[in-house]
Amino acid sequence: MTQKTTSGGEKVIQCLEREGVEVIYGYSGGAAMPLFDALVDSKIKFVLVRHEQGATHMADGYARATGKPGVVLVTSGPGATNCVTGLLTALMDSVPMIVLTGQTITSMLGKDAFQEADVTGITYPVVKHSYLVKNAADIPRVMKEAFHIATTGRPGPVLIDLPKDITQGPCNAPFVDSVKLPGYHIPGRGDAGLLKKAAALLMKSKKPVLYVGNGAVISGAGKAIMQLAEKLGAPIVNTLLGKGACPEDHPLNQGMLGMHGTAYANRTVQHCDLIMAIGARWDDRITGKLSEFCKDAVKIHIDIDVAEFNKIVRPDVAIAANAKLAIEDLIPLVSKLDTRDWLKDIAGWRKQYPLKYPKKGGLRAQYVLDRLDKLGGRDCIITTDVGQHQMWAAQFCLTTKNRHWLSSGGAGTMGFGFPSAIGAAMATGKPTWCVVGDGGFQMTLCELATAVLQKVPVKILIINNRCLGMIRQWQELFFDNRISGADLEGNPDFIKLAAAYNVPGKRVKRAGDVDKAIKWAMAHNDGPCLIEVEVVKEDNVFPMIPAGAALSAMIIEKPKEKMEKPTGST
Amino acid sequence: MNRNNIMATTTEQRGAKFELDPGKAPRRNVVTDIITSPMHTISLLVRNKPGVLVRVSLVFSRRGYNMESLVVSPAISVAGIDAAPGEFSRMTITCSGDPDALEQIIKQLENLIDVVHAIDHTGHSVIESELALVKLKAGLKERTEILQIAENFKAKVVDFGTDSMILRCAGETDKLDAFVGLLKSFGITELVRSGKILMARGLDET
Repeated sequence: MTQKTTSGGEKVIQCLEREGVEVIYGYSGGAAMPLFDALVDSKIKFVLVRHEQGATHMADGYARATGKPGVVLVTSGPGATNCVTGLLTALMDSVPMIVLTGQTITSMLGKDAFQEADVTGITYPVVKHSYLVKNAADIPRVMKEAFHIATTGRPGPVLIDLPKDITQGPCNAPFVDSVKLPGYHIPGRGDAGLLKKAAALLMKSKKPVLYVGNGAVISGAGKAIMQLAEKLGAPIVNTLLGKGACPEDHPLNQGMLGMHGTAYANRTVQHCDLIMAIGARWDDRITGKLSEFCKDAVKIHIDIDVAEFNKIVRPDVAIAANAKLAIEDLIPLVSKLDTRDWLKDIAGWRKQYPLKYPKKGGLRAQYVLDRLDKLGGRDCIITTDVGQHQMWAAQFCLTTKNRHWLSSGGAGTMGFGFPSAIGAAMATGKPTWCVVGDGGFQMTLCELATAVLQKVPVKILIINNRCLGMIRQWQELFFDNRISGADLEGNPDFIKLAAAYNVPGKRVKRAGDVDKAIKWAMAHNDGPCLIEVEVVKEDNVFPMIPAGAALSAMIIEKPKEKMEKPTGST
Repeated sequence: MNRNNIMATTTEQRGAKFELDPGKAPRRNVVTDIITSPMHTISLLVRNKPGVLVRVSLVFSRRGYNMESLVVSPAISVAGIDAAPGEFSRMTITCSGDPDALEQIIKQLENLIDVVHAIDHTGHSVIESELALVKLKAGLKERTEILQIAENFKAKVVDFGTDSMILRCAGETDKLDAFVGLLKSFGITELVRSGKILMARGLDET
């Protein structure tokens, strides 16, 4: 009896199994046929989405919620190009992801074959690394390397382009268990001398603040940071993506800082004499006008990516390390600081500038999200889309657990919220609230079918203001209220739309009905459900620091005078 | 990247652009060699794989940095790495621009999986060299003078026609700039320069 030869496609799937992959999100197509054929005999679950972008965001949500790499499988040409946004989203937010793309046969590469696209070429700027496999014998090595690269160091997406003749032909190469990547270095523990220097600076500080970013979420540094903060008596602020690393209901945590952060978080940063970035990258949403940002404060920067040092800010001490290990090593080097006056100042700002919103004039998104927080939102995973609702959710829905807040930060990808919720809910089985706007939801709403098929406990909360709220806000504040390209007329009836997919829905128009609807969705445990909240159109997210302005230029409410056009990037 | 490409240059040879296009303001005065923006020379040790060059050049172009010259050649041995023949290549890149951005560029190059190391040699003591081929339209009258210049620069005549000649000159960039500058008045019809290559002195790593 002759032994059955393994095809390249089967080898790819076997490699995925060896890496512990449980689920693949994707969309089939001609050039990926051998891979899909191999999936038939695999125990890996395949989720057929409705658009490739959705697959990438689902894999992204899966990865953000678990820390495990999300896997995407699509075909060549348009299948692959539809993944570009998802790759950018994952790269900007350091999400481990493997994207397998079918490709035309090697002999036709570069000859404008049907559904051919130079996918490695198109995606160079949006991947951590990529491969075009031209020899089946390379499959085990490439797969091993891809997972290693995607998940270690600063995580990111890795793309593997697989020509059809490679996946269809035989592959006899043995599995590989180690990688040889001489150009790839992963910082682990921080340099002992630099840690001592950082500790000495901390000990001299009277008004320190710990500025916590996504690196703390990824490395699971939260517990160590809390220990450090409590030992020092130092306040914490977190970035949009750093939400959840340290519980936001802890008295030392001032919540989100930056453009739409809490006033007290920004005041804390503005008045500190030492700021320590832990896995955060001094994003322009955080610093505002750089020349004014923490001008006289000592800056310590802990990051696993050395390219982040001196990129925006020149720190006094830069420690290249895994955030968790660095903080753990730092704890024994420090002792209690006398920060009583400092914490008193901050408590004063908390009292002076609480998060607030107008209680009159119709139903407000802020109220709905505040109620969601109070009615158990903190125990659920929350994903958001991009825009006003995202900022309100970040402000009012406190995150107390690591990997429970999923939002597209760096790329600001509309359409991310809903598919990422499907991925997160599938990965964890936890109830997942998907807070979206009426704009972003319509970008990937076709995944309602996927959500229904997978029976995911996703609770879609559409904050419907019938416009692109953040755009409208900018036009109102900075462009003489000349509204352009922001009105979403022609929105569907979201409840009927949900019904068409067999998703139960409830529309809320009055504040009095909010609690009932949220409780109904919390209790719904048979697949996805949807709440549409009709909120006032002309509402603005405050506090706000106009792009490119200093933190001190923060506005708490709508100013009476006309404002200058912002100078910052966006 | 092709192993057989011992020396490849970008389409934009240094000097040629403004030598042959007098309408454009020169960025560098080739005779006196006044550098208007700081020049940097970076050497890279990379894995010899398709796409490496694109990844490297994207790091530059994303920041609006222009590579002035680029030389790629196979590396024979690599310190500390068990390398198969043809597994690694060396790149020498010269570029000009803001030093802060360059620091980022070096770090981003280092971050590329296929880049083993990237070293900025600006200000280091290095051995550097470049090759130039100069085609001149030269009748009998000018020949003696041209040959005299060639001799002074230890340049070689590699092609001799009835009304043209090609000179080959090797040496440091400054020397070639001066050589080309002196020949300018004789009517250079074509100029091809290899781009700078360099090697760190002693046992230092290039």
